[in-house]
Amino acid sequence: MHPVRKKRMTIIAVILTVFAAATGLVMYALSQNINLFYSPTQIAAGEAPQNVTIRAGGMVVDNSVERKKDSLDVAFMVTDYQHTVRIEYSGILPDLFREGQGIVAQGKLDGRGVLIASEVLAKHDEEYMPPEVTDALEKAKAQ
Amino acid sequence: MIMLPEVGHYLLILAMMFAFVLAVLPMVGYFKRNAILLSTAKPLTYVMTILTCASFVVLAIAFAQDDFSVLYVSQNSNSLLPIWYKVSAVWGGHEGSLLLWITILTLWAALLALKSHTLPNSTGPVVLSVLGIIATGFLAFILFTSSPFLRLLPDQPVDGVDLNPLLQDIGLIIHPPMLYMGYVGFSVAFAFAIAALITGNLNASWARWARPWTNVSWAFLTLGIALGSWWAYYELGWGGWWFWDPVENASLMPWLAGTALIHSLAVTEKRGVFKSWTVLLAIFTFSLSLLGTFLVRSGVLTSVHAFASDPTRGVFILALLVIIIGSSLFLYALRASQVKSKVSFGLTGRESWLLINNILLTILTLTVLLGTLYPLIFDAFDLGKISVGAPYFNAVFSPIALLLIIFMGIAPLAKWHNTKGSLLWRMSWLPAILATALSSLVFTFHDFDAYLWLSFAIALWLVLMCVRDWLDKVLSTRQSLWQRACKLPRHYYGMQLAHLGVAVSLIGVIFVSMNSTETIVRMAPGDRVTVAHYDFEFLGTRHVEGPNYTADTGIINVYENGENIAQMLPQKRLYQARQQMMTEAALNPGFTRDLYISLGERLEGDAWGIRIYVKSFVRWIWLGGLLMMAGGLLAAWDKRYRRKTGA
Repeated sequence: MHPVRKKRMTIIAVILTVFAAATGLVMYALSQNINLFYSPTQIAAGEAPQNVTIRAGGMVVDNSVERKKDSLDVAFMVTDYQHTVRIEYSGILPDLFREGQGIVAQGKLDGRGVLIASEVLAKHDEEYMPPEVTDALEKAKAQ
Repeated sequence: MIMLPEVGHYLLILAMMFAFVLAVLPMVGYFKRNAILLSTAKPLTYVMTILTCASFVVLAIAFAQDDFSVLYVSQNSNSLLPIWYKVSAVWGGHEGSLLLWITILTLWAALLALKSHTLPNSTGPVVLSVLGIIATGFLAFILFTSSPFLRLLPDQPVDGVDLNPLLQDIGLIIHPPMLYMGYVGFSVAFAFAIAALITGNLNASWARWARPWTNVSWAFLTLGIALGSWWAYYELGWGGWWFWDPVENASLMPWLAGTALIHSLAVTEKRGVFKSWTVLLAIFTFSLSLLGTFLVRSGVLTSVHAFASDPTRGVFILALLVIIIGSSLFLYALRASQVKSKVSFGLTGRESWLLINNILLTILTLTVLLGTLYPLIFDAFDLGKISVGAPYFNAVFSPIALLLIIFMGIAPLAKWHNTKGSLLWRMSWLPAILATALSSLVFTFHDFDAYLWLSFAIALWLVLMCVRDWLDKVLSTRQSLWQRACKLPRHYYGMQLAHLGVAVSLIGVIFVSMNSTETIVRMAPGDRVTVAHYDFEFLGTRHVEGPNYTADTGIINVYENGENIAQMLPQKRLYQARQQMMTEAALNPGFTRDLYISLGERLEGDAWGIRIYVKSFVRWIWLGGLLMMAGGLLAAWDKRYRRKTGA
């Protein structure tokens, strides 16, 4: 092969290999780390899988927050005004967590249909509503 | 004086008119070869800049004077707010931060106009004209969808609803201006690239002009990102320094692309290769800055940074994005095919090593872009609402970044065109062995983790290779070390400093993830807890009144080996105007470790949920950022950019 062409082929081969490797890595990492959002209605209908990390959210139901006296365990209900889901969490809730506010939690559903949350998402601004929650409320209303 | 906000609005309208004229006249002048029209570019730029800055000052005055008849002021300020926060509240919301964006753009344009005498006669005006086009678009965006000067008359509120408490902080006074200096500064490199496409002067000279501007913008962006990370660390109250949040990613993507651009500009200028790629990269870098603005401002993504937003703005800015990126790519497609590189290079030349740099940085940018936009793509095809978690980014980003850092050690000592294999071997065998040995030594004192061990070895490798390269350049039998060290150009030291900064940040990241202890505990007054080798004693809380908040201050004594080393006072604040809770973490910073305490919620009685972290080397992460910034600035101030270049 002509030396110039040979060099060009080498460069292209290297680029393609690196891109292929990166694509593989990306596909693998994406397949492991996508968290689907489910509304309370979807969870009540049994659409959400158990023991897979998902996101769930809605409005925090008034007077639903229960705290354990001797630990950091806390439980509360979220609703889309059609169905509610119980969320259990251990740790410190974000500053803007309040009853009547829209929140999103990430975690796994257990056999009782309770979301065991590993993370409750904070927002920067009290007027802000997570787009997923807005969407879930609209869908529930339309039913 | 009561008319001041109207004056501000009027100034902004005038600024848009001048920006429009700037976008048209010099461009027409270029195509008609009319020297008079070309010569209008500089004065038009200055007028546009003065008008925009004046409008910005007017808004700042409205804040300082508590003019709550202005909607934006009433939403982002309060009479009790300390004065420095009143001024920084100018960019605390959407409208004002866009005004800051455009103000910085015009300042960059004015600086370019001041320096344009070093450019050939037709290039300067075309570059300014391209900036005029961008300015017109953004000024229209502000005026039509997000004017900060709208009034609430006649029902003006007695007081404002206050600045979001999270933004009442020194970090947030300086973080947005620095970030925007970087974001917007890439518009200069973009304008040079577009001007090169328009004039067809795609030789190496445009790269030479664009280099110092790109370096300075990159330095500001680096500082802006580091400040943002530092702010998030102590102000969000959970002690993380990077969350892979869409908004953080929005600033990281132009940084990655900008880093690639700095390196490919160097190759284009020195060797005249990668010409069309560099132009494309300049377009991409600025496009990613625009995309970042869109992602932050449209609220399409769930983000801890997302503020309440308005969809019409999203549509407008998306249209702006499509027009600017679309037309530049169209222009690129028309012109780039005419570019032929005449110089060739060998597979072992420095060109090849920098090509690897560009490939890896491009891949990093694309993986971050994919992870950030994936939820949008998913939603657009109605597949459901998803989020892509931090594990994705960690899994994809870190191995590619480590690979890049291995090559960072090699590229600086490679020669242009061709490098002898024996030279590479002679220079690198000792650093490679030393790095492996030192990393192994450190891990004899610590639980072994293969990935962290490798990462640490790579960080050491980079440091040692930087030193090795410097020694090779200064050690000589004929001159003293000092004489030779002084002779090395500034851009060389700039590069070394920036590369060392990467190593320092990497070491910080490794130690934070390896050696930090994080605990969340329930503590009642009198309780003690041991974290790492520190004892923490919770004494209780006391009530504190701030200027615009009330707070519970936790009192915690810290003991090391039985000796009281510090009293830490984390706060839980309630900001009155918004009735918003805020966690103010207490920090005991150190060069090798930070103690970090934040109050959670009050539980039963006087017991609190409390976070106590001991973070190793966390400051190194930002220290590395500062070194990178200093390196970028030093390289931009190299003497070689001062000389006038011929037309």
